Amino acid sequence: MELLVASAIGAMTAGGVYLILRLRTFPVILGLALLSYAVNVFLFSSGRLAIDMSPILSKYGEASYTDPLPQALVLTAIVISFGMTAVLVMISLGAFLEADSDEIDIAQADQIEDSAQ
Amino acid sequence: MSHWIIVPIVLPAMLAPLIGFVMRHDIVLARIASTVGTVLLLGVCIGLAAMAADGDTHIYRLGDWPAPFGIVLVLDRLSALMILLTASLALMVLLHAIATGWDSRGRHFHALFQFQLMGICGAFLTGDIFNLFVFFEVLLIASYGLMIHSGGRERMRAGLQYVVMNLAGSTLFLFALGTLYASTGTLNIADLAAKVADIPPEDAALVRVSAMLLMIVFAVKAALFPVQFWLPATYANAPAPVAALFAIMTKVGAYALLRVYTVAFGPGIDGTEGIADTWLFPAAIVTIALGAFGVLGARRLMPMISFSVIGSMGTLLVAVAAFSPAATTAALYYMVHSTFAAASLFLIADLVVSRREGDSLRPEPATVQNGLFAAIFFAAMIAMAGMPPLSGFLGKLLVLDALREPGQMVWAWTAILIGSLITIVGFARAGSALFWKSTSIPQASPDPEIEPDGQLLLARHAGVFEVAPVMLTLAALVGLAIFAGPVAEYLDETSAQLFDRPGYISAVLNPDAEN
Repeated sequence: MELLVASAIGAMTAGGVYLILRLRTFPVILGLALLSYAVNVFLFSSGRLAIDMSPILSKYGEASYTDPLPQALVLTAIVISFGMTAVLVMISLGAFLEADSDEIDIAQADQIEDSAQ
Repeated sequence: MSHWIIVPIVLPAMLAPLIGFVMRHDIVLARIASTVGTVLLLGVCIGLAAMAADGDTHIYRLGDWPAPFGIVLVLDRLSALMILLTASLALMVLLHAIATGWDSRGRHFHALFQFQLMGICGAFLTGDIFNLFVFFEVLLIASYGLMIHSGGRERMRAGLQYVVMNLAGSTLFLFALGTLYASTGTLNIADLAAKVADIPPEDAALVRVSAMLLMIVFAVKAALFPVQFWLPATYANAPAPVAALFAIMTKVGAYALLRVYTVAFGPGIDGTEGIADTWLFPAAIVTIALGAFGVLGARRLMPMISFSVIGSMGTLLVAVAAFSPAATTAALYYMVHSTFAAASLFLIADLVVSRREGDSLRPEPATVQNGLFAAIFFAAMIAMAGMPPLSGFLGKLLVLDALREPGQMVWAWTAILIGSLITIVGFARAGSALFWKSTSIPQASPDPEIEPDGQLLLARHAGVFEVAPVMLTLAALVGLAIFAGPVAEYLDETSAQLFDRPGYISAVLNPDAEN
């Protein structure tokens, strides 16, 4: 299972990094989403992988438990990355509507003569 | 346990939604609420600074959970200094935004501004590294909104780049935290310091990886080479008051570097020995050079100021990279100075640019009040470049004086001195193009009646209220220079407290033993 999780994280990270290096907004958003999936699974596994264990202490027996903290961290990270992706989509939509192009690059700041104002 | 410690976070956090929901249609009400809130914040921060001045490390346990299990806020001299700096800068920027009408050119300026303050204060106060991530996100998401405030083509696209860059940085931050938690089992900075110190060097590979990743994340925030490239486009295209507020955001990165790499991965800990100082120093030297050449090469005013911010971050981080108490004192003095200097440059640039056609550095007919603008611009520039009599000179002197080790001295002195010279040349060229040569061009426009949208009032005189915030930032610089002695003494105690690692750890983990 370690191999499966690790390779999944690796594949998603690689895909995400490739996509955020693209020139257009849409692949970059997808790439950031992939990266955030990868990091969520990674955070989840940082408390060691365990199957069939609850993240709370049982008062009825000696049943072992899994680390609850990574689950709390991952919940926070999911909420934040979800919100950030939504903001990113809105801003890129705004930029697309303003500029009629969804390229990430902007013209060299120095070459824009006064048009910015 | 004093509840005042959490007020700098709670106050803006309560005020922001109130402004956003209740006062969204009434700009006057929002202005009053935002100003009152920021003044109150400043008052609280002054009180907290007085409280921290006794040298204790004050702890606030959220939900009263003891330290490694719950999140703690830590108020020591350093965090008190930083929130005080934030609040005073915020007040000046806010007054400028209100006086020049920037806040009414888009929606929700004041709500976002308060959220931004909440995030910055939280990042400075927290004693938990995951909580630091959360506050980074709070300040970033507010800064996205502020960055694209009032819209426009170039601004939206620059804002998009800024968001993408920071989202990638946040992902890296999470990877670093996951690695750190997997290898140490804690995210509390004090607990981390205790645990990392116990890890033998041969087992510390994962901790070193996460320390390196964290350094890259903080370097992105602090605009350190090679991840400084987002800054010029962002600052140059952001609304000027927002760029002035962002002057504190790069300092958040510097603060995080300083805090985490002295307390948790500090000097003297075998497992992470040499990570920060090995990489930070050369990167900071290159950053100084980049900033200086950027200032010289810029053809527009706002990018030029942005590059001077990069240069000042380089100087600051050269001092931070020494990780010694003396150099940290210098770094802190320079940090306070460069925050106000960058802010005053952006605010003045706003006054000038809004009265010209764009911000390109070429002679145009002189604006109204050319002499006044030239004078305050000159003052801010000699502060930024590090010329006497303002505090930039003293700051750079302190930095140079602290870096006397043979290996550092050659590089640091050369970079800072030559960098300052190039910066001065760049500033002088800009100043003469903007203010001197323009006086020889006759007033071309017979029609001072302005653009139809009513935004660019080219011939409008700047009133007292518009100039006053700039004067306040300059007054802060003058004050910093005049009271350099007492300030440096206070900062000496601050850095001594920062390097007192056992004191920090025991204050956070066993607060009852002390009280």
